[in-house]
Amino acid sequence: MGFWSAVLLPLLICLLLFTGFFNKSEHLANLPGVVVWLQFAGAILAVMGSLLLPMLIVFIAYSVNSIEHKADTWKSLFSLPIPKWSVYTAKYVYAFSLVLLCLGLFLLFTIGFGNLLSVLKPVLKFNEYHIESILAQTYLKLLFSALGILSIQFLLSLLFQDFLKPMGIGFTATIAGVILANVDWKYAYLFPYAHPMLTIKSLLKNKMGNGPGIPQITVDLFTKDILVSMAVAVAVFILGYFILLRKSVK
Amino acid sequence: MVISTEGLSFHFGNQQVVKSLSLQVPEGSIYGFLGPNGAGKTTTIKLLLNLLKTDQGSIHIFGKELKSNRITILSQIGSLIEQPAIYLHLSGKENLMNRALLLQISEQRVDEMLALVHLTDAAHKKAGKYSSGMKQRLGIALALLSDPKLLILDEPTNGLDPNGIIEVRELLIRLVTRHSKTVFISSHLLGEVERMATHVGIIDKGELLFQGSIQDLEAISQPQVHIELDNAVDAANFLKKHGFVITDINDKHLSVPYASKIQMGEINTLLNKNGHMIYSIHKIHQDLEKLFLDITQQA
Repeated sequence: MGFWSAVLLPLLICLLLFTGFFNKSEHLANLPGVVVWLQFAGAILAVMGSLLLPMLIVFIAYSVNSIEHKADTWKSLFSLPIPKWSVYTAKYVYAFSLVLLCLGLFLLFTIGFGNLLSVLKPVLKFNEYHIESILAQTYLKLLFSALGILSIQFLLSLLFQDFLKPMGIGFTATIAGVILANVDWKYAYLFPYAHPMLTIKSLLKNKMGNGPGIPQITVDLFTKDILVSMAVAVAVFILGYFILLRKSVK
Repeated sequence: MVISTEGLSFHFGNQQVVKSLSLQVPEGSIYGFLGPNGAGKTTTIKLLLNLLKTDQGSIHIFGKELKSNRITILSQIGSLIEQPAIYLHLSGKENLMNRALLLQISEQRVDEMLALVHLTDAAHKKAGKYSSGMKQRLGIALALLSDPKLLILDEPTNGLDPNGIIEVRELLIRLVTRHSKTVFISSHLLGEVERMATHVGIIDKGELLFQGSIQDLEAISQPQVHIELDNAVDAANFLKKHGFVITDINDKHLSVPYASKIQMGEINTLLNKNGHMIYSIHKIHQDLEKLFLDITQQA
């Protein structure tokens, strides 16, 4: 389930956006290539930071563990001659690869559909600008910014059988994170659920910073929020393992 | 001893679920772990598999301490706990293949297991569409997959029809006699354990009330002389006067503790001479079912 949501979500969203741009091409005709690209990629990135990425992670982390809750297979999994840390790490790595896959596909589809548009609708000057490297860096930064949330949600889904608890906590924390990031709270960078939003905001700042004319975008990969995200990810991952070791299997 | 525990205790919150259990399961035995529902059987099994952390006491399996040799010990155990743990969205074969992949077991062995539990025809059907008996059989196949030396099965015949129960029973007996495995099987049905177990442990409210071979269990059940006759009440009063103890009576028959064949003959003659019409007189072993109830109710 997690796998297909990681594949279908980027495909559907990019397809939707593609249709939108295709039908409204006259509005966007003759804009500079870089602006068209930014509008195209930015439409996804804007929701990505605020809601899409955190919620996707809530769902992926849940799906990876719920399969065992549902089939009641934790007991048989942990009575196999396999070290507990391999089971734990394998699950985490799988959840991580799903997030990686999903973001990778967003990147791929954005570029793919953008180029397809430039062939089908030459009025859209997609071919004037190459966004690939900047977009790749943005998605890489988003991936890093999501690691803290991933570890926390992974642990929550491991501990709670039902979907509502991790979902409720994740949703509330995401809303809080978006608000904290948007009000520019001084310490927002310490709160994992604010990290994707902070990442997106930092992009916008760079864009504005250059004033009118052709926007110049640079991605500063390792900002302090990213470092916090990674530190939280590692700390919660290790903590989760020790909780698992001490926990009884029902 | 394949399994040997000493002073094993466990509690959930304030409730003591397992009290100072000392199990001794000899190699090559079918050990029937008997007890009513809620007696602590599943908890004990989870302790034996290191799924629950022992509060007190020790567990040795294959002569090794469980906690410090978890992987080595688990690699020689196949288990089935409560409801079989099956991925319902996968087929029966996929469930086995998934396990085989984790344990590096060949596909050939998977097919053998499917054949063994008669699921070859349903191998590609989704396990969610299996009947409860088929799920149980798939659970048994999963437990047997790694060809373990010790099988720990929690109520394995739950949900099986009479044919299925007989098949499982014969399979377990075959595993022990031909392949020198050891089987630890829990059940709340004495009749089931009686038919296959070589050793029995009876647990109630977390305490081990009896442990020994099946012969030991039979030995503590006092045989009775069962007499069927026309007027049981008069006959009972008459026998009482002559110093016999009456253990059971209703309007059709009465029971007296068995002492010897001669004593049986004497009772027969005595009753006959005094005008009691005897329809039948014979020695019976006390029903183990009754013994089981006696043992668990006394506690």
